[in-house]
Amino acid sequence: MLSTEYRVLRGPEGYLPPAAASMGVVLPEKGSALVEGCIVPKEDAMELIADKLLSAKNPFFFPGPLVLWAWKDGVVEKAKAIKEMAEAAEAKIIPMPDYRPKYPMINPAIEINPNHPNLTIWHNKIDVCVFIGVHCHYANMALKIIRGGTECYTIALCGEAGHEDAMISLRDVRVEDLKRMTQIIMEKKGVGK
Amino acid sequence: MKKNIFQISPSFYDVMPAEYRELVENGPFEKKVGVSDLGAFKELSEEHPLCAGCGLALSLRLILASLPNPEDTIIVGSTGCSAIAFPQVAVQNIHSLFGNQNAIASGVKRALTLRFPDKIKDVVVIAGDGATVDIGLDMVMQSWFRQERITTIMLDNEAYANTGGQESGMSQEGAVLHMAPKGKTFPKVSLPELARASGCVYVAAVNPAKPKKLEKAIVRGVLAARELGPTYIQVFTPCPTNYKFKPNETIEKIKMRVKEGTYETTEFISAEAQELFARLEEGKK
Ligand SMILES: Cc1ncc(C[n+]2csc(CCOP(=O)(O)OP(=O)(O)O)c2C)c(N)n1
Ligand code: SF4
Ligand SMILES: [Mg+2]
Repeated sequence: MLSTEYRVLRGPEGYLPPAAASMGVVLPEKGSALVEGCIVPKEDAMELIADKLLSAKNPFFFPGPLVLWAWKDGVVEKAKAIKEMAEAAEAKIIPMPDYRPKYPMINPAIEINPNHPNLTIWHNKIDVCVFIGVHCHYANMALKIIRGGTECYTIALCGEAGHEDAMISLRDVRVEDLKRMTQIIMEKKGVGK
Repeated sequence: MKKNIFQISPSFYDVMPAEYRELVENGPFEKKVGVSDLGAFKELSEEHPLCAGCGLALSLRLILASLPNPEDTIIVGSTGCSAIAFPQVAVQNIHSLFGNQNAIASGVKRALTLRFPDKIKDVVVIAGDGATVDIGLDMVMQSWFRQERITTIMLDNEAYANTGGQESGMSQEGAVLHMAPKGKTFPKVSLPELARASGCVYVAAVNPAKPKKLEKAIVRGVLAARELGPTYIQVFTPCPTNYKFKPNETIEKIKMRVKEGTYETTEFISAEAQELFARLEEGKK
């Protein structure tokens, strides 16, 4: 296990937490994942994600534009797999349809905005959240704000190289990975073995 | 861009906020709708925080409804009151550093032309009078000299409204504002004339008291910029907050100014634009 001094832990870490990358946290290689700033095997992280979701009081999925909008082949299937995983974990879903810093306000009961994600988390008392389909730069910004100002535990299921600023982050997440996690969740719940 | 890019993944349809579902189902994308259809389609702007009676807010609503291809339009804005409404606008838009809007728009247009040579992308600048005629005048005029194929729209409220009321080049001579207590000492700049002399192929000065005229100017301005060269549209958008009149008097103010001859509505169509419009009109028949 590769370790750095800095740990990406449940907040609130305080106003303006540093970008984890600037504190020495590095992204995992293919086949690995990040847990609280440390690199671990992907399968271990998947198990942990299932545990975190199942032990949460109020878990939420935050799908972003890359999966909310059917903009290219394969997205509809991925969206379906995400929905199934959220349902298995008994998590609710709040979308992040775009990144506009909406004035005068957003409705935190039904949407999340990357510029003030804390509002949605506070309003709905969310203790574990899953980012998926959010463009990387906006995901990192939002994850940092959440770590800075809330007690929410953050999980990023990234289709690209992963997120240092999430507490748990997978990389290269495909439909098969989502299905695998749904299966792990079901098994842990004692269903469909 | 085909409309199917706006489809929602079926699994998430139920959790999408209503405004997005309405945009997909009943938005103006790829439809021939305009100002006279307002009320019959989902508009491109949501609730915004601009003042009651704001001439700029009303004009922005009309401008958005007039865009010939909103799905393929990129708006470049600048700091000022309109910038506060843009986060609620469902058209790609970029907020640029105050005054830089025409330089940014030039770059965006050129990049899009290289990146999508087979597609039409309209780049439209929408900025205040301070951003256009004072601080950004260099960028504005240089983009015209260079014949950039962009549309420049000025929301002329004759003041720096967002910073509490300073005079701008577009304020009238003698105008008294919070931060111009002695009255402005030089006349309103005639940017339409400068635009014409600087190479704009189409120039118009319009106002929201005549929505159909405003719409026609926007459509012409965008289409001429698409095919020929730079265009300029100046929209008179009085500001009740800084000029201290009642919010329900905005349209009256406009009509009064037009009547007394202190705010001219004009239109200049170059010969090549004339030919283009005739061709497009012919094509419609
Ligand atoms: C580079 C820069 N200079 C100055 C400002 C301050 N500023 C913000 S809004 C504004 C006035 C905008 O006036 P105008 O363009 O007429 O827009 P309005 O608010 O009247 O719609 C100014 C000077 C700024 N934000 N950035
Ligand atoms: S200050 Fe004037 S221009 Fe700005 S929002 Fe208010 S009315 Fe509109
Ligand atoms: Mg102004």
